[in-house]
Amino acid sequence: MSMLKVDDINVYYGNIHAIKGISFEVNEGEIVTLIGANGAGKSTTLNTVAGLLKPTTGNVEFEGSSLLGVPAHKIVNKGMALCPEGRRIFLQLSVQENLEMGAYTRSSAEVADLIASVYERFPRLKERYKQVAGTLSGGEQQMLAMGRALMSKPKLMMLDEPSMGLAPILVEKIFQIIEELNKAGTTILLVEQNAQMALSIAHRSYVLETGRIVNSGTGEELLHNDAVRKAYLGG
Amino acid sequence: MLNYLINGISLGSVYAIIALGYTMVYGIAKMLNFAHGDVIMVGGYVAFCTTSYLGWPVIPAVLLSIFVCMVLGIVIERLAYKPLRAATSLAVLITAIGVSYFLQNVALLIWTSNPKVFPNMVTLPSLVIGDLQISSVALVTIIACIIIMIVLTLFTNKTKMGKAMRAVSEDKDAAQLMGINVNATISLTFAIGSGLAAIAGVLLCSAYPTLMPTTGSMPGIKAFTAAVFGGIGSIPGAMLGGILLGIIEIFGKAYISTQLSDAIVFSVLIIILLVKPTGLLGKKVNEKV
Repeated sequence: MSMLKVDDINVYYGNIHAIKGISFEVNEGEIVTLIGANGAGKSTTLNTVAGLLKPTTGNVEFEGSSLLGVPAHKIVNKGMALCPEGRRIFLQLSVQENLEMGAYTRSSAEVADLIASVYERFPRLKERYKQVAGTLSGGEQQMLAMGRALMSKPKLMMLDEPSMGLAPILVEKIFQIIEELNKAGTTILLVEQNAQMALSIAHRSYVLETGRIVNSGTGEELLHNDAVRKAYLGG
Repeated sequence: MLNYLINGISLGSVYAIIALGYTMVYGIAKMLNFAHGDVIMVGGYVAFCTTSYLGWPVIPAVLLSIFVCMVLGIVIERLAYKPLRAATSLAVLITAIGVSYFLQNVALLIWTSNPKVFPNMVTLPSLVIGDLQISSVALVTIIACIIIMIVLTLFTNKTKMGKAMRAVSEDKDAAQLMGINVNATISLTFAIGSGLAAIAGVLLCSAYPTLMPTTGSMPGIKAFTAAVFGGIGSIPGAMLGGILLGIIEIFGKAYISTQLSDAIVFSVLIIILLVKPTGLLGKKVNEKV
């Protein structure tokens, strides 16, 4: 059964028709990626699933129940977390406070255990737990953003451009962590401009172009698809 | 000299309590709530009516006044500011000024323009140390200010709700993704700010016992100045700005000129902003993108 089902959604920014009838599914246990150029509508799609934007038409279902009309702050409780584009950590809060905010909907009894498990995955964050998040390096901020999203114990974790602005070695590390999370049972919906990396870890993938899905298949298939190679993988 | 200092700190404490409301609302809603001063006046009238007309004792009267102002704050935000959350800041500013005039005129209709003589709510003996005589109102004001400062600092730094408030003030979308109800958090901020305004109203009217529909506007503007002076958005800044402003005003009145004291206060603001545009404790946030 599909965990997340996006059914023919249309999303507008004012007069701009950003998403033109997108449908896709994410099954439990998968890594699904959305790839495409800047402005293709990848982030808009994730923000719509997370409830920050409302589709004009169409439906988003999570584990069989519709998310239409559910306010964004109630969606995280259903088992879905978004690690947003540009990380959007709380720069003036400490590392630990950022993690606490990630567990906002969890009971206070769980928080200590959740924080411990995030520190285990990201020891760097533990070293800096008291530091104000704005003073972290880009890579550390990305780890904090991911750790913060994990604090809600999501069944589905959505990541928007986690490799943006990071050195190649850190990009590899981030993708390695995403695969580890998936192996540990978290379903992943990943948006990336780094198509090569994204396709190499994806079970399935969708290609977006100006608000529409123009291609889909397994990561392997798309890596060898001529049109995709030309457009996104540099030949 | 010392007496002036105490009076200055006491007046400054009232400004500081009002400035906290400005600064918290600014921090979270990124708007200057110019109707905040008029909430003080409403708080004063509620306390006045319950004690003078209904004969209530002081403490329940003050509590009711706080409650009424909290509700008023939430209602103002919901009706006037929430629909404008996506609007330009100028539209919100003009709306706030409109709300301010609305409150003043409603008060004019209900209580007329005749000044009411506000009963002193702090009926304790003065504290006398040698030559120094500190009125109980001044003492209670200063103590109230210190307690409020400590409680608010602990609230925003230690409690889950306070941290959520800081998160909302920084990034509303990201806060929603955490599961934080942004609307409820904004309402809570308005409620706290307006509750503080009620306390300030009672303390202010106890020290300066004339109550009119325009009573709140001048202290409101001065407290706004204090908040900017200290660094708007900063809680310790509001406190420091308020107290310094009170001291400057009283000393200006005592040693320079009674008429010019307001001009002196605002000149100091202009000078501070020229030298340090973020205010005394305002932080320039370096953001890494």
